[in-house]
Amino acid sequence: MVDTMMEEKATASTKVFSSELSQKVAGLLQSGDVQLAIGYEKGTKRPRPCFISETDDADKLIFDEHCTGNLAVYLTKKELIGDSKVAVTASYFALRSILRLLTENQVKLEKLVVLTVTSEGKLIQFETAEDIAAYIKSTPVPAREDDKVLLEKLNAMTREERWAFWSDELSKCFKCYACRAACPMCYCTKCIVEENRPQWIQPWASTLGNIEWHINRAMHMTGRCSDCGACGSACPLDLPVHLLSKKIVEEVSESFGMDANDTLQGGNALSTYKPEDKETFIK
Amino acid sequence: MSEFEPKIVAFVCNWCTYAGADLTGTSRIKYASNVKIVRFPCTGRIDFMLLLKAFSEGADGIIVSGCHPNDCHYTSGNFHARRRWLIFRSLLNFLGIDVTRIQFTWVSAAEGAKWAEIVNSTVTKVRELGPYTEYRKAADYVASQEKEVFNG
Amino acid sequence: MEKRFISQPSLMQWLDKLNSEGKHLYAPVKKGARVDFARVSSAAEISFDHVQTTQSAKSVAFPRTEVLFSYEKEKGKVNLENFQAEKMPSTVVFGLHPCDAAGFNPLTAIFSWDSRDEIFDARMERTTIVSLSCTRPDESCFCTSVNGGPGNTTGSDILLTPVKEGFLVEILTEKGMALVKADAASFEADRGDVKEDFLAKLPLKFDLKAVQERLTNAFESPIWKKQSQRCLGCGACAFVCPTCACFDIQEDAHGSKGKRLRCWDSCGFALFTLHTSGHNPREVQAQRWRQRLLHKFSYMPERLSVRGCTGCGRCSRACPVDMNISEHLSSI
Repeated sequence: MVDTMMEEKATASTKVFSSELSQKVAGLLQSGDVQLAIGYEKGTKRPRPCFISETDDADKLIFDEHCTGNLAVYLTKKELIGDSKVAVTASYFALRSILRLLTENQVKLEKLVVLTVTSEGKLIQFETAEDIAAYIKSTPVPAREDDKVLLEKLNAMTREERWAFWSDELSKCFKCYACRAACPMCYCTKCIVEENRPQWIQPWASTLGNIEWHINRAMHMTGRCSDCGACGSACPLDLPVHLLSKKIVEEVSESFGMDANDTLQGGNALSTYKPEDKETFIK
Repeated sequence: MSEFEPKIVAFVCNWCTYAGADLTGTSRIKYASNVKIVRFPCTGRIDFMLLLKAFSEGADGIIVSGCHPNDCHYTSGNFHARRRWLIFRSLLNFLGIDVTRIQFTWVSAAEGAKWAEIVNSTVTKVRELGPYTEYRKAADYVASQEKEVFNG
Repeated sequence: MEKRFISQPSLMQWLDKLNSEGKHLYAPVKKGARVDFARVSSAAEISFDHVQTTQSAKSVAFPRTEVLFSYEKEKGKVNLENFQAEKMPSTVVFGLHPCDAAGFNPLTAIFSWDSRDEIFDARMERTTIVSLSCTRPDESCFCTSVNGGPGNTTGSDILLTPVKEGFLVEILTEKGMALVKADAASFEADRGDVKEDFLAKLPLKFDLKAVQERLTNAFESPIWKKQSQRCLGCGACAFVCPTCACFDIQEDAHGSKGKRLRCWDSCGFALFTLHTSGHNPREVQAQRWRQRLLHKFSYMPERLSVRGCTGCGRCSRACPVDMNISEHLSSI
């Protein structure tokens, strides 16, 4: 079962913090247990990521349903984290990402303090990866109504209509790679778009080049995507690119029985196989 | 008016399908000549991006073929390929790309007749579907830019 | 500079006339929850009630992908085809704000500081800029803090300001006058409206002089690391910015045929300054963030006598992690 709060050290800062979360993070920083806390603070129009290393700054921390994006993206940035132990306030989807990063050996649990705040406002600190997995399994997936509506619309379209929709949407993409930058799973130091021998993906923006880029990124997310939608919400042109990797999340679950909630089992979808994998379209 | 002859690119594995296609020839089985065969050591080596490149460079249809499951020369290459194809095909279909133009098959080195049948049926199907100009139109960024420079 | 008045219906008529003459007319158009520039075939498609478009208008002169020349090799000979200026359409971009129009100045400075960029010049020559003054800002705007203003005329050929029952028309250049003459009947005599009464009020967000002075000594400051912590290193800010001009040269090669082209690039990308040797002089985001701010507010004013920022606020709106530039500038 999931652990609740650790014992507070007696020598906390004299400041009174406005939330349990701030209090907890302040305590972790004060005791030297962590050197950096990654969370959300108030931004211009909505919450934005913030990095706390001074105890008193912990009061800036907020955590609610308006906190978009996936903070796990910062956990693989060596220039930010170095060798420090880091506390991170993770949303439901960020928790999935953290587990995935663990299985891909990109983060170590001993260097992390993983916190979350439930929809009822309860603060949880996770002790083990299994605890995180259990929490993810037992908590209903946060729903996104807009996605549901758009997906229904797309699934009702004919193939030609879908092509018209996607080629129109993706023609707008100008290759800023905000989708890639916001994704915790895109941690490659040299991305395929930066490869020029051979040049798989055209660096310049053009309809087909953009489609190839998005197909490629979605495929590279197979079995790894947490369905957080950070890619879609990061896009400055509001392109629904998160639906592409979402489609693959569904397919991976349906075809391989590998659920996004079952990260600790099964390994990577494309580097494992079952002899009995179903095939309906192969002659 | 000349009838449209589809251009088909076939990505095949060396040990099974390529050998099978050889057998088709030595057996003197006649089949459509629209196919250009690209030989790989294994279907596991076929990058999904290559299929997209085939379409953008002028192919109207694609065949992807290899050893039957459990018969892969490298033991498990085709198992990995199968998983990849499953996801890729589902993604392409979601995007509205015509996956009926792509034929995935298992053709062993002994199935010369099957190879001919696959090629013939694919060519017939793609001939009916027509050239895949819809896809290639999306590649013409020069023409679309002459119409408008803003794409947001 | 000449002043006129035009009513809303006459404005629509004038724009439709320009369209019917074969000009490419670009204007802000609603696209779901946002507004962005697009080619319009009728003035009725134009959006008037937004604060700012997602992208700037720089694409008329500096599109995201531009073919420089194409080539074809045939029997040992190479046929080269340069870009064709004659193919570039006569263009009108309408409804951009003074911050966008002003952005063409630093853009032109960059494309002409050493040798003149032929393609850029060819496109600018064929473009007439008809701007619209701002009646309301949002929290990301800060044009007044960088010597701009909601009714500034810099960079425009014609500036319209919404007044009672129509628009005050300021015809600023010969190009603008030529456009007015295309449908002179739509324009009435100036009604004497006072422009300032209708403009947005935008208080200063920071003291530009003080900021620029602090920047001169800020190269080694630890503030860059702190400010750039949440920056993800994408290209959103550079691409939506009206003055950012970084580009990459690429080749679209298909055996014996190909095109040489240039496309947008961003100094925020991690590999932007990667050398062939493997050395990367800006290998951490702090250095790249510092580059962005110093380039716009320090290096460009020093070297090109023009500031690289017009206060449109797009970078802040487009940024996935709210790198609010005016907030960052104030805190240096």
